[in-house]
Amino acid sequence: MDLYLPIAGLSVNIFVIIGLGGLVGVLSGIFGVGGGFLTTPLLIFYGIPPAVAVASAATQITGTSVSAVLAHHRRQGVDIQMGAVLVAGGAIGTIVGGYAFRALQDSGQIDTVVGVLYVVLLGGIGILMAKEAAQSLAVLWGKAVAPPRARRHHPLIAMLPMRWRFYRSGLYISPLAPLALGFGTGLLTVLLGVGGGFVLVPALIYILGMSTRVVVGTSSFQILFVTAATTLVHATTTKAVDIVLAVLLLIGSVVGAQVGTRFAMKMRPEWLRLALAGIVLTVAIRMALGLGWRPDEIFTVQPL
Amino acid sequence: MKRLIPLLLMALLLGGAAKPALVPDVSQRRIDIIYSFTGAELLLFGAIVYPGGIRPEEPADIVVVVKGPTEPIILREKQKIAGIWVNAENARFRSVPAFYAVASSRPLKGLVDDRTAAIYELGLQNIQLSPASGATPEMQRRFEAGLVDLKRRGGLYVESPDGVEVSEGVLYRARIAIPARVPVGTYTAETFLIQNKRVVAAAVREIEIDKSGFERFVATVADRWSFTYGLAAVAISLALGWAAAAAFRRL
Repeated sequence: MDLYLPIAGLSVNIFVIIGLGGLVGVLSGIFGVGGGFLTTPLLIFYGIPPAVAVASAATQITGTSVSAVLAHHRRQGVDIQMGAVLVAGGAIGTIVGGYAFRALQDSGQIDTVVGVLYVVLLGGIGILMAKEAAQSLAVLWGKAVAPPRARRHHPLIAMLPMRWRFYRSGLYISPLAPLALGFGTGLLTVLLGVGGGFVLVPALIYILGMSTRVVVGTSSFQILFVTAATTLVHATTTKAVDIVLAVLLLIGSVVGAQVGTRFAMKMRPEWLRLALAGIVLTVAIRMALGLGWRPDEIFTVQPL
Repeated sequence: MKRLIPLLLMALLLGGAAKPALVPDVSQRRIDIIYSFTGAELLLFGAIVYPGGIRPEEPADIVVVVKGPTEPIILREKQKIAGIWVNAENARFRSVPAFYAVASSRPLKGLVDDRTAAIYELGLQNIQLSPASGATPEMQRRFEAGLVDLKRRGGLYVESPDGVEVSEGVLYRARIAIPARVPVGTYTAETFLIQNKRVVAAAVREIEIDKSGFERFVATVADRWSFTYGLAAVAISLALGWAAAAAFRRL
């Protein structure tokens, strides 16, 4: 069944879009990431204009992260104070990102910047995750001993002035660090149409040294607000939010996320992390090849 | 075909003119884009009226052109720089039709000379794109060819050399497919009557393509009340996410 998307300006098969949302939803339920890093490239591949894909994917991530935040909040897994600092940074990030998106669009370099950012971020995070997952599997099989964690958080963080106590996270650090982290993920959300969970979660654990019990909940909390802000920024600057597309994606992904969450409970977390690392690396490699391969279209049109 | 009857009556009345004349019409003056829009088919039809009502030995030919609203654009060209493909060169065009379809009763090459084709913008290589940048002629040509090729493969520029059917040398009809990707605006449907490589009669009809119903509502709100639209989008996604979580908790 075909449906016309009013903002994207083309008709799509609704089952393909709902199926795509469902697939991403299952993955996000299993791995606890928003899945934007998959949705946006797949939508563009399907023929949706890149700006519409980025903007509408952000709207979709808002919907999928609600249930995660609610679930984590019920078991006290959200550090609201830390989350608020991250959101404040994220809000500044989305506004700056909105201007950066416009400027890059006007200079014609948005595609290249998005492509390079994807490759660097996904490649870097993928390698780190694979290494970490492999190590913990080795520990599990008794082939290695768990390396002792020498320090709580990065030495640079300890040098920042004006420390606050974050009780739930078990941290006594300067709010400037999470503010900067929030800013970075806000920027990424606007530019790449990703929630930023795959950057935020490792950063909260390895850079801030946050208690792992509240990491996923707090990161979902930040993603919820930042993607909502991103939707507003895109709606007012690029005017590329397609509400029909977002609803179709959501129908698939909210259901998929619930299915994925149930599936995840039966799996060992080490295997899950290794599988996620595999997916992230695959996307990164495909994107890297895409930058070097001769593109299908040498010419692109931008309306004035 | 009911509409053909008055046309034929008119044809009889006009029969006394010295040059052949055209009595054209289109099947639809307005195309509404609604939720189920997957494209439309436009039928251009009408009659050729010869002086004295006598058909000549060599019947005249018909060319129809459907053109979308024009817009200014920047065309960017990717080049391989330091191992990756980036947008390197660009050119501006002031009047690029969003849609262009030409159909004729015989291939255009043998039908009109180059000058006529250029004047009436007949054929994909004769579309007036109004290049606006101070590029070299050679680069200009490369960009124009690239633009037309891009639009052609996207189904927005179409050339069908035998798309016009002329029956009995008098009645003609042509079907033009309008794809779902076309933008809204005022389209023109031009019909040209061609004899001895020259245009002897021409007629223009306007066709309005517009979003209607829910699609129009969404597009208008997104454009005029963008902040409210953004808030609504956020609210809908929050509600859907919450509803799914609540529904699955009961299961």
